[in-house]
Amino acid sequence: MSELTPRPGQERFVAPIEETPLREIDVVDIDAAPESQWKEAWKRLRGSPLFWVSSVIIVVVLIAVAFPGLFTSADPRAASLDNQFDPPSEGHLFGYNFQGQDIWARTVYGARASVAVGVLATLVTLVLGMVTGALAGFYGGMVDTLFSRVSDIFFSIPLLLAAIVVISVINNLLPNRGFWTSVIIVVLALALFAWPQITRQMRGAVLEVKNLEFVDAATAIGASKLTNLRRHIVPNALSPVIVSATILLGIFIVSESALSFLGIGLPQNIVSWGNDLSSAQNLVRSGQHLVVMWVPATALATTVLGFVLLGEAVREALDPKARKS
Amino acid sequence: MSAEPTSTASTSAVPLLEIKDLRVGFKGEKKKILTAVDGASLTIYPGQTIAIVGESGSGKSTLAHAVIGLLPGSGHVMGGEILFEGTDINQGNRKQVMALRGSSIGLVPQDPNSNLNPLWKVGRQIKEALVANGVATGADADRRVVELLEEAGLPDAERRARQYPHEFSGGMRQRALIAMGLAARPKLLIADEPTSALDVTVQKQILDHLDTLTENLGIAVMLITHDLGLAAERADHLAVMYRGKIVESGPALDILRDPRHPYTQRLVAKAPSIASQRLSSLHERAEIRDRAVENAESTESGSEDILVVENLTKVFQLRGARPWQKIDFTAVDDVSFTLQRGSTTAIVGESGSGKSTVARMVLDLLPPTSGTIQFDGVDISSLKAKKDLLRMRRRMQPVFQNPYASLDPLYSIYQSIEEPLHTHDIGTRKEREAKVRDLLDKVSLPTTVMSRFPGELSGGQRQRVAVARALALDPEVVICDEAVSALDVLVQAQILELLNDLQAELGLAYLFITHDLAVVRQIGDNVLVMQEGRVVEHATVSEVFDNPREEYTRKLLEAIPGGSILLNEEV
Repeated sequence: MSELTPRPGQERFVAPIEETPLREIDVVDIDAAPESQWKEAWKRLRGSPLFWVSSVIIVVVLIAVAFPGLFTSADPRAASLDNQFDPPSEGHLFGYNFQGQDIWARTVYGARASVAVGVLATLVTLVLGMVTGALAGFYGGMVDTLFSRVSDIFFSIPLLLAAIVVISVINNLLPNRGFWTSVIIVVLALALFAWPQITRQMRGAVLEVKNLEFVDAATAIGASKLTNLRRHIVPNALSPVIVSATILLGIFIVSESALSFLGIGLPQNIVSWGNDLSSAQNLVRSGQHLVVMWVPATALATTVLGFVLLGEAVREALDPKARKS
Repeated sequence: MSAEPTSTASTSAVPLLEIKDLRVGFKGEKKKILTAVDGASLTIYPGQTIAIVGESGSGKSTLAHAVIGLLPGSGHVMGGEILFEGTDINQGNRKQVMALRGSSIGLVPQDPNSNLNPLWKVGRQIKEALVANGVATGADADRRVVELLEEAGLPDAERRARQYPHEFSGGMRQRALIAMGLAARPKLLIADEPTSALDVTVQKQILDHLDTLTENLGIAVMLITHDLGLAAERADHLAVMYRGKIVESGPALDILRDPRHPYTQRLVAKAPSIASQRLSSLHERAEIRDRAVENAESTESGSEDILVVENLTKVFQLRGARPWQKIDFTAVDDVSFTLQRGSTTAIVGESGSGKSTVARMVLDLLPPTSGTIQFDGVDISSLKAKKDLLRMRRRMQPVFQNPYASLDPLYSIYQSIEEPLHTHDIGTRKEREAKVRDLLDKVSLPTTVMSRFPGELSGGQRQRVAVARALALDPEVVICDEAVSALDVLVQAQILELLNDLQAELGLAYLFITHDLAVVRQIGDNVLVMQEGRVVEHATVSEVFDNPREEYTRKLLEAIPGGSILLNEEV
């Protein structure tokens, strides 16, 4: 190598040491506060307007479920044909329906059935889907084939159509049912055909996580297969499922209303948004007294919107990369 | 480099690219501006190769991206000038930079695996570069594509041009990207860590080829790298970056022989590619081994060979062309070696050589097809009782490659290190906490990290945690599967030192899996060189370095970047 004299602009240059004092190699920032992934996600969630909008909606709906008396003093079942289609009056915000019942009171009390179906169906779906998905993804082979093919079969059946068939059959067997029996039948019918979605997501997430090195490290430590699945794999595979769960909740509430609207969901004697919409359908043809339909319809749409928005906010918080910057 | 005719120096006194006092910032949270490049100045002459050296986060890639106008997201130039052939391309509008991009300034990106569109044939992607820069169109362009690929050193270029990226190996993809970067015959080629994702031998081939190519075409190269040895070997002029500033620049050899800035001095002293050339590291290693063996003998009573592997073979069954067909793939073929207490056996090989498969079988994470693994005289496949298997696991612990995947992101550092103690039901809660504190101290981490999570630590710090976790059960053997490969050179040197110290102190035996022969001299005693599942050479470290018997070993040694320069100097 010959010693060429450096060209202009390429002379030997050494920056003064004061400008960039040497730091210790790979030094730990001692002052930083510890933050777990969930805590970080919660921090992002708190900064999201979407989260606050959806939370307010959901909280209001939940209060209506727990304490309907706070929103109305009228009895949703009290019916008097004298009040048929009466306009709004003191204490009766939107007036009366065909049966002479308070529209607003029925809508407030109807939240209970809708939310109960939504929450319970989501829980049952999650349990079914997570267990099958985690086992299928973790064990692979025959277990995977079995669970995956069965879930494929259920996946190919349209949710609403299948639920209609199942509930009609049960309706014929059990004609007189109380509130909770009816709710549970709808819940099981919906969950029975919705779990494959969660199974697939869980299976995919578990497949991804189980090949990561920390799982091998835990095995080498001596953790058994099931301990590994429970302690490391499932917790790290949860985020896509959590997002789906919030959206599923919305879908289940809509499905319950659709079933009741068709006259097969919850029986007529239970106050629910679907039943109110069902009894309002005749009015659509005449175009008169549409308020009877609008009030429960708006409540339904807003509730579902709340859950869908929450799902979106949670998805962004759990996976900040997906957000457009 | 040295063959560069002095006449060009006088005729092309006009710089091709001049960067003056460039400052680049990123908008962070709460509108705070983070300065990534702070007052950098740099000059490149036509046909010259210069290198920018720095650790991750030093701002070297940001500097390169500013030149080609490809700063990501919230990045922007805050001050200074970028003069390309005398005109300030920073002040110019976007169109002007667009016009320069590709035609005058080419880019070879870092990761060959993510920089080709998987849905397009390789030829079409290069053709796109030709058409976009108005070099050629239609059938002309097709012909040119084949020429370019041949030029980049791809054999059978005509057929290759019609293939998809997934049919290419990593090295071939990087060659295709080089062909693309040179498609419009730019005057300046920016190569951003062009080979850090590739095996050392492939790296050497590609850089050699890039050297001759750019020299023949008279293209200037701006090489971005973290490896000082590699930079000094390839470039005439070096700029060392640290924390956003250029701390030292000048002729490459001058800097290597006489580093003046403390950071450069540190780099020259510690970078494994250079450090491994020194004889002193060999002596240091011998001392460590002696102490380790002594400590191991005083504490343990079993046989001297803690691990004996005989005729180990692993055959994987791959899916064939038809559903019922199976293809046998022999990943590990008849591998035998022994590991003695207090010593290190290194397994070296390129990706796909089967070295990690050996590690997984030794750890009993994967059953061998045939052959035996004896741990302290007991065949591990004979350990049927859960209790015996657990006891064996206690005595042999792994440290894995990827510091981002080897710790559960949901576990705090305390939970991660405490997990092995918890699993084996050792000690009370208090005792376990004391043990974790002690372990953190051993790997030189402050105890305040106990409540933190892996995501908040750097790669090197996470690897320390992984080492602490591995040591929690007081093992006799630690299996390091590429444990330092993903780290910056200085951090890598630091972890190697830590591993050496721990070995001497605790009398550990290491099975050290790596693709990088450079680090072996600092930590290894015996070396197994693996190629395509077979052991091609098995000897002591000094034998392998001084007197390699196999052609393949010699190739690996030559591929250590920077090897050629310093050896001359030390004689």
